[in-house]
Amino acid sequence: MQLFIYGLVLGSIYALGAIGVSLTFGILRFANFAHGDLMTLGAYFALTFVSWGWPLGVSWIPAALATAVCAVGIDQWVYRRLRREAPVILLISSFGTALILRSLVQILWGPDNQVYRQGIQIPWEVGGLRIKPDWVVILAGTALLVVALHLFLQHTRVGKAMRAMADNFDLAKVTGIDTEQIILWTWTLGAALACLAGIFLGLDTRLHPTMGWRLLLPVFAAAILGGIGRPYGAIAGGLVIGLAEEFSTLVISPAYKTGVAFAILVLLLIFRPTGLVGGRA
Amino acid sequence: MLSYAIFFLILVGIYSVLALGLNIQWGYAGMFNIGVGAFFALGAYASAIVTTPPSPEHLGGFALPFWVGFAVAAVVAGAMAFLIGLITLNLRSDYLAIATIGIAEIISQILKNEGWLTNGVRGITRIPRPFRGWIPGQDTLLYLGLVLLVLAGVYWLSERAYRSPWGRVLRAIREDEPAALAAGKDVLQFRLQAFVLGSMLMGLAGALYAHFVNFISPEAFQPEFATFIVWVMLIAGGSGNNRGALLGALAIWGVWSASELFTNRLPPQWATRAGPLRILLIGLLLQVILLTRPQGLLPERPPQPVGDASSLSRASRTPEGESAG
Repeated sequence: MQLFIYGLVLGSIYALGAIGVSLTFGILRFANFAHGDLMTLGAYFALTFVSWGWPLGVSWIPAALATAVCAVGIDQWVYRRLRREAPVILLISSFGTALILRSLVQILWGPDNQVYRQGIQIPWEVGGLRIKPDWVVILAGTALLVVALHLFLQHTRVGKAMRAMADNFDLAKVTGIDTEQIILWTWTLGAALACLAGIFLGLDTRLHPTMGWRLLLPVFAAAILGGIGRPYGAIAGGLVIGLAEEFSTLVISPAYKTGVAFAILVLLLIFRPTGLVGGRA
Repeated sequence: MLSYAIFFLILVGIYSVLALGLNIQWGYAGMFNIGVGAFFALGAYASAIVTTPPSPEHLGGFALPFWVGFAVAAVVAGAMAFLIGLITLNLRSDYLAIATIGIAEIISQILKNEGWLTNGVRGITRIPRPFRGWIPGQDTLLYLGLVLLVLAGVYWLSERAYRSPWGRVLRAIREDEPAALAAGKDVLQFRLQAFVLGSMLMGLAGALYAHFVNFISPEAFQPEFATFIVWVMLIAGGSGNNRGALLGALAIWGVWSASELFTNRLPPQWATRAGPLRILLIGLLLQVILLTRPQGLLPERPPQPVGDASSLSRASRTPEGESAG
């Protein structure tokens, strides 16, 4: 049961990352390898605001905005000019972007572990389970964000246009949707969620320049599990991967948790490349 | 100064072998491998275990001659590539890329955690350098000779493969997979062969590296240095062109080494930031190359068909849809 809670917390973080990956993969047609490092960047932006004395409950807003501005900037300067090339060129470029972001984080904030606040949180004991207050923040925050995302996708013009583009890019363009503008919205949304995922990860463990890169594989596994271009699937995928990784520690060494995400990914790509609940290959 | 030049050229030679291996996978066949560092590390560890004197700290120490180590390195990397290829090579290129990240991560965790095999984070020491003491004081020069000899062999092999019917099929698969399938080519088989061959070269490069530095630990195979920089070398030099791969290795390692001269002049409080600053530079360089010259310094030049070249080249220029339809 304790593992179930660990898995839920980890899964929420994966889910937030996977939504962004799923949206950019579905709409822009390329696997953005810089997404993990976008999470790192967001977490460190929040750290800066926290170090100015702002509470974390406020800091996440400017941090998410700053991350979104960075993502849109990278898109306009680099990816937009490569959009006519094969998607795999964009993939190589995003690999470069990942390294650039990570080294910038190391240069600006230093290579060491950092935390949002010092000291150890005393966990609550609920029915024999240990629950850290931070976990409640993470779970509640994720739930709120998911509801907000749902309302956005279902009830706003931009949200509907995004779903249309993920379903069929050409058809969306023909119907008169301003695709370039929707791409900007996609980056904004994906980056803001990535920032929150990074903050939650930093809250749960600690901040480190490679924290996001290490998350890339489970996040991609979650996005593919849920079906590319399906944000709801990505949420479910994130929770499944998070729970599977935590429960795997019962049988194998925790060092090989990544292997679990990888095994799920490979099995899935072989047997159900469109994801468990359908979606595009 | 001379010893620095020898040191520099040995590393360029090792990176050239890596870039040629990646060129077979990406340049010839269009397979996206982000696990270069994993095969590099496998080769290094395999050769180290085979050639070091017996040691209680890790598996073996079988004290065999270095050329056995080189062969084992290539075979181990190739065997791993075969297993991985069987399950991942019929995936789309972007899924393959994600899968190779996972493999690289798992292999690096194994190197760190399986102490009985690799001595964990403490690494393997006392890896013998071949020809030590043949000519007193000239060990590294002799080793440079060995590296260049291996590189020449690998280059010759890659060029032969590129111009052979085998290489032509790989290019056909890269350009138009359905057409290659329709022509009766076993696409998966060809991909698997190219993936294994490229990974064997990466393993061989790992062995060359291990016997040069004499000490390896998981730290040496971080993706930044073992994977990313090799990609930048190949893209900068020109994917698909073997001479481009060599030029790219020389040019990018030159930029990398020159950037150290620059970061050495930074004030001491910046010392810990020198590494990331250099990686940042290489990353920016990659973006500039992709934006301004995506074909690289030496673009690919496939062999032209012999015979009535003018009519053939005109035929090959007809739109894809017509010829495929």
